[in-house]
Amino acid sequence: MPDSFPPDSVGLAVPEVHHFAEPLELSCGRRLASYELVVETYGELNAARSNAVLICHALSGNHHAAGFHRVDDAKPGWWDDYIGPGKPIDTRYFYVVCLNNLGGCHGSTGPRTINPETGLRWGKHFPPLRVRDWVLSQARLADRLGIEQWAAVIGGSLGGMNAMRWALEYPARVRHCVVIASALKLTAQNIAFNEIARRAIRSDPDFRDGDFAEHGVVPRNGLALARMVGHVTYLSHALMGQRFGRELRSGSFARGLEVPVEFKVESYLHYQGDKFAESFDANTYLLITKMLDYFDLAREYGDDPVAAFRTARARFLVVSFTSDWRFAPQRSQEIVQALVAANRDVAYACIDSDMGHDAFLLPNARYEKLLRTYMARVAETC
Amino acid sequence: MLRVDLDIVRRWIAPGSRVLDLGCGDGELLRVLMDSRGVEGYGIEIDPEKITHCVARGVNVIEADVDQGLTDFPDKSFDTVLMANSMQVLRRPDHAIAEMLRVGEECIVTFPNFGNIRTRLFLAAWGRMPVTRQLPYQWYDTPNIHFCTVQDFEALCRERSIRVLHREFVAEQFPDRLLKGVWSNLFSATAIYHLAK
Repeated sequence: MPDSFPPDSVGLAVPEVHHFAEPLELSCGRRLASYELVVETYGELNAARSNAVLICHALSGNHHAAGFHRVDDAKPGWWDDYIGPGKPIDTRYFYVVCLNNLGGCHGSTGPRTINPETGLRWGKHFPPLRVRDWVLSQARLADRLGIEQWAAVIGGSLGGMNAMRWALEYPARVRHCVVIASALKLTAQNIAFNEIARRAIRSDPDFRDGDFAEHGVVPRNGLALARMVGHVTYLSHALMGQRFGRELRSGSFARGLEVPVEFKVESYLHYQGDKFAESFDANTYLLITKMLDYFDLAREYGDDPVAAFRTARARFLVVSFTSDWRFAPQRSQEIVQALVAANRDVAYACIDSDMGHDAFLLPNARYEKLLRTYMARVAETC
Repeated sequence: MLRVDLDIVRRWIAPGSRVLDLGCGDGELLRVLMDSRGVEGYGIEIDPEKITHCVARGVNVIEADVDQGLTDFPDKSFDTVLMANSMQVLRRPDHAIAEMLRVGEECIVTFPNFGNIRTRLFLAAWGRMPVTRQLPYQWYDTPNIHFCTVQDFEALCRERSIRVLHREFVAEQFPDRLLKGVWSNLFSATAIYHLAK
């Protein structure tokens, strides 16, 4: 058990709850009369309020991007490799903001929280959301924190969609937009994987048509299965081969023995699935995968991503990873081509990695250097 | 890129125009064009280190392989497509030039002239592949797989009906600097062509 934090860590991270009393008009036509967002910040906002960076989390992420909640935490926040003093998103220069988004299940208003109008848990009745609803709620948070313009809005995967939407919805409020392992919209294959995950959850008897909490149960099997499917798609063929191969965790193939065999990859997936089922909310999973499916950056711009990006004012960094087949490099190239055609400033790199879609969260020397170099330019404009 | 090459290229690029630089390296040329001509510039580069240098310079850079073609770019989407000192490393320079002329209204190509007298004398005298200050590689480790001479390039332009808007020749050494005007294929070290369809 460590008795202090590593020197390049942001150290103890203390989540703050921000209550918003002003109603939020949602894309679906409904409104949230009030809501709460759980937020972590690292570093200091400068006097000019020009060094704020928004980190947008992906499907299963939350506000805890960096640092530790307790000295004896086994693991730091989900993007700790990239956020901290001396790290690519350097908290000596930047004021970094990360929140649990609306509809999430880590403290912000979502299916797990109580609807103040009914006094009951939102559960399956939480309104459907679009990424733009997140952006609107984040803009309110920026107002609250005194941030007129973000130095950068950064996100991977769904977070990348969030970042792009920011650049279109509030062109004057985003100086740099960093879009990692993302897409203008999901492909059919991607939607298909999401629907398999959703069906896994819905068909768990403990799901109880979304009212599992009222029955005091959790659809653990469904959630675990959804996560297992997702996890396979986040890794690459090569990585699974390297990490697990056909190695056995238990049992034997020896003749004359009748011992059940378990492959390492099986136990790994069960472990990941079960761990996820312990912490994640089934209704949130359904809600956020739908947000992913419905996202289409250019829908309201005549289905023309070039027209969409013409409204942006930010400079863009777009990053993809060679072995990512869930958000393939081709998807990032579509973003880049639209940006070039729209005359927007953009740098694009395709990072060599075996880590699949998960690469955007993991250490990688080239990725780290690229992000560090880009963010150093961003810091110069603060 | 040499100062003198740069000055020639810069003259042919209209202020404020849209420029695509194939094999943009560390972004030096684009940075100069952005600062001095106010161009809207994009570079294409395949080398990770050089891409990072471009990012450090604030130059727009896209990771891609020019040998794969420019299929992602629409016809005539740039005013000028540049390729400085990269043609000889490509698998099919002729395909690249065709793509450049499709994507750009005009093109600028610079390449080392293999018909230069020093190269010729090296091969003639030593019977070995030329190794010069400008081309310092051995035959087995050179990235340059498609050398050509000024005459070769002129022939390609004629065959493909490519219009030569301007041509300039650069020589560093004396007396080449004087003689290149008389006999460019023998005395120029670098050829710079301004092309259109």
